[in-house]
Amino acid sequence: MNEIQLLTWVRGPGLDIAVGIFLLGVFWRLFEIYSLGRKKDLSASRSAAGASGWHTIFRRSLPPEGMVKKSPVSYIGGYTFHIGLAIVVFLFAPHILLIHSLTGLSWPGLPSQFIDLAAVVTMAAMVVVLVDRINKPVKRYLSTFGDWFTWAVTFLPVLTGWMAVQHLLLPYTTMLALHILSVEVLLVVLPFSKLFHAFTLFGSRWFNGQVNGHKGVAV
Amino acid sequence: MHGPLIETLARQGVTRRTFMKYCATLASMMALPPSAGRAMAEAMASAPAASKRPSVIWLPFQECTGCTESITRSHSPTLEGLIFDVISLDYQETLMAAAGHQAEEALHAAMAANDGKYLLIVDGSIPLGLDGAYSCIAGKSNLDTLKEVAKGAAAIVAMGSCAAYGGLPHANPNPTGAVSVSDIIKDKPIINIPGCPPIPTVITGVLAHFLTFGSLPELDQHGRPKAFYGETIHDRCYRRPFYDQGKFAKTFDDEGARNGWCLFELGCKGPVTYNACATVKWNGGTSWPVESGHGCLGCSEPDFWDGGGFYKALSMPADPLKLAGKAAAVGAAAGVAVSFVNRGKKSAAKSAHETTTLADLEK
Amino acid sequence: MSASLEKGVRVLKEVIDAPIASYFSSCVHCGLCAEACLFYTETGDPKYTPIHKLEPMRRLYEQEYTLLGRLKKMVGLSKPVTDAELGEWQELVYNSCTLCGRCSAVCPVGNDIVYMVRKFREGMSASGHAPDGIKGAVNRTVTIGSPMGVKLPAVKAQMKHVEEDYGIPIPLDAEGAEYMVMLSSMEIINFPEYLGAIAKIMKQAGKTWTLCSTAFEATNAGMQIGNSDLARVIVSRIVEGAEKLKVKTVISPECGHAYTALRWEGANLVGRPFTFQVKHIIEVLGEFQEQGLLKTEGFETDKLTFHDPCQLARRGGVIQPQRNLMKMVAKDFVEMPDAGYMNWCCGGGGGASAIEEGEELRLEAFKKKKSQLEAVKPDRLVTACANCRIVLEEGLEHYQMDIPVIGLTEMIAEHIPDQTKSEGA
Repeated sequence: MNEIQLLTWVRGPGLDIAVGIFLLGVFWRLFEIYSLGRKKDLSASRSAAGASGWHTIFRRSLPPEGMVKKSPVSYIGGYTFHIGLAIVVFLFAPHILLIHSLTGLSWPGLPSQFIDLAAVVTMAAMVVVLVDRINKPVKRYLSTFGDWFTWAVTFLPVLTGWMAVQHLLLPYTTMLALHILSVEVLLVVLPFSKLFHAFTLFGSRWFNGQVNGHKGVAV
Repeated sequence: MHGPLIETLARQGVTRRTFMKYCATLASMMALPPSAGRAMAEAMASAPAASKRPSVIWLPFQECTGCTESITRSHSPTLEGLIFDVISLDYQETLMAAAGHQAEEALHAAMAANDGKYLLIVDGSIPLGLDGAYSCIAGKSNLDTLKEVAKGAAAIVAMGSCAAYGGLPHANPNPTGAVSVSDIIKDKPIINIPGCPPIPTVITGVLAHFLTFGSLPELDQHGRPKAFYGETIHDRCYRRPFYDQGKFAKTFDDEGARNGWCLFELGCKGPVTYNACATVKWNGGTSWPVESGHGCLGCSEPDFWDGGGFYKALSMPADPLKLAGKAAAVGAAAGVAVSFVNRGKKSAAKSAHETTTLADLEK
Repeated sequence: MSASLEKGVRVLKEVIDAPIASYFSSCVHCGLCAEACLFYTETGDPKYTPIHKLEPMRRLYEQEYTLLGRLKKMVGLSKPVTDAELGEWQELVYNSCTLCGRCSAVCPVGNDIVYMVRKFREGMSASGHAPDGIKGAVNRTVTIGSPMGVKLPAVKAQMKHVEEDYGIPIPLDAEGAEYMVMLSSMEIINFPEYLGAIAKIMKQAGKTWTLCSTAFEATNAGMQIGNSDLARVIVSRIVEGAEKLKVKTVISPECGHAYTALRWEGANLVGRPFTFQVKHIIEVLGEFQEQGLLKTEGFETDKLTFHDPCQLARRGGVIQPQRNLMKMVAKDFVEMPDAGYMNWCCGGGGGASAIEEGEELRLEAFKKKKSQLEAVKPDRLVTACANCRIVLEEGLEHYQMDIPVIGLTEMIAEHIPDQTKSEGA
């Protein structure tokens, strides 16, 4: 298989398979998780829980007071790489084109030099959080194969994409094919690994916020 | 500097100075040191009389003659055309005067006379289907001819995408079983000059290199001379700044197209195509596809014909996501099935619950 | 004598629900919950990371309720939960967790870790891995009526004592009273001033109230051990008592987990909504203050700070009333760092204070409170939980810090002008 064949495959059947497994996995996992249900809370609420679930979904994106100082790498590194990923994924012109061709949605992108910078910063932040995971006793203690694996699966698309644009190591075509392939691996892995937090964190925050809202705890 | 070539050139109104400049340009294009230009000029200028010029045999197989057209059908006289003055083109069906048995005799005479020394140029793919019956010359299949002629060749030039990769005949579903030269010949140095057709300057550059140094230039992983195929169209494209700024033509007649913005969204394959079009250009440096307003098709890459639609942006999937809906439905169904099992399990645990008493806290 | 691994696993299968599934699926092992847990911050031992305390339950969830987990278990990639493992986890689930909920408050993906620890304790207790200290407390509560073995005669003796001291009658089993006042054994034995304070406050506010002879004990060791069946037995007494006396409101004493057991878990334990309201005494005082039914005179002049009981503030939503009350009677009221919603636990909540073998760790964790106190150097420490009070006193004594601990209700009562006797309180 030469690189154009590989590229053709990853852009065609490969992407179909990956997106297929991704969607299948997401629906499957969401049903699997949320169908377990929960008992209705019979205690009288202090105040109607109202929008506290939604509020918490937003509020938990911000660090609680004093926590940034306690674990600066987790917060600053975490923010940097999540925001960086969002910029690189959603504001790079070719990515927008892809989304447009799939969904019909489109929005203006950022200049490629900026995306380039964002990718470098994202990768640097990811390396820093990885080093932190290795160095910090708590993180190292908690870490399992899944943590290292999902880090790599997230890092590779950024690295290969950046290397493709920068023409490093391999010819552009090969690198582009590897980039798309790595994204496909990410898509396949996402629903079945802790990367699924990208979906469940909304549910988790909502449950947490709901319970607190029910008790009248302002969060 | 004297010699038959310089005299011929002079007769055609090309000065020695122009010739030197041509050789220097050729050398620089191939990223050779400046001294190489002079060496090339010397080598070509001092080419001996017709009988002793290096023999070149050109075999056309399953092809469209586009490659031959490319190198010959330019305004005459051109420096590219003049390269033929330093070689002895002993067999080229389209160009030679001889035909039939005479042509075959010329081929075998050249092979015998220059055994182990001649340069073999091939254009067109080799069909393997039906024992090669799809393309025969003088009652012999292309496969047999290639094997026979390649045996005594010093090196082989696979001219055009068909000879280099199988080309259009190789495109899915490849009814003739077309393959490339390198699929068949494994024991000879092969240089691929892909393109549909290849750029004339690239052809002459490679020939000049071979004549001057007696060897092939540095090749990439597809056997292409790095000097001409080292960078992508996209990287050398004069429209590249628009790509970086995110300015794209959306249709062939919108404002972006008129402003000369990037053709990426219109399916330009420049980013994945390695060729020299953007720098060398075509028709004596007049223009090239992107300059004419059309995206690159990627013709110098393997299987470009099967690489998705010509007008589909590279970042778009080749196939629409036809499986997506089904996948989501299957996932949801699996999820529902799992949730039934889970709920069953949970309620079984619930109904098996025995109310704990104090004693039950102890083992 | 029937606790077993099978039983524990079955109970866990029963209690694992959508929130737990969502929480486990969301955790990315960022370790931030450790920074919120005083057992980690004071020991530096990563095994005290809150989410790690749930590891056996996480595996069980994965193996029982996810297809992939089932596959992993089948091919041996995920080991089944063993009895020995649960035994090993006892220390993590009970000794080193006070259900204080700071981890739930900081988790960036929103996991309510304490919610899960509470559920995990159901499985731990059913498999026989609850600590003896809490088991004893449950036993006494169920058989005798209170975790410290206090019986009605003791309460009656206290009532008599208070009536004599304050000159205010203490109603018992008064049907139709507005408030039914609950006590914790700690208050009956260690802090009898509480009952007198209530009498004074109620008298000033002009409210009718009563104690209940069949339900005076508010604490619920069944909830602490994590056994809903036993917790239900205990809470049902209160429900029956309140319904029998037809009171409007049941007042939870100065005890954090008693409040949670009654206010938030009670209705769910008995399986129906209450016909009465449940309020913490601080909430009631806050209401009285707002309605002008609480009038005080004079001020404490020394430097005071307030320790928020976790179950009252972070897990109960009562944060402002205690501050308004403090300001009512204290001139020099200072807040400790992290006070209020993010206050640090005393280290003995959630049943932990009943675990003898956990004392060393508890005192180690108390260093957090110590540093909080050192930051403001108060003369006295006020709180609104008898359990906090005991644990704080123990910790302060251990670290030789001379800071008396007092209950907020008593302090308020001391400032209520005495209407029966000529000399003030």
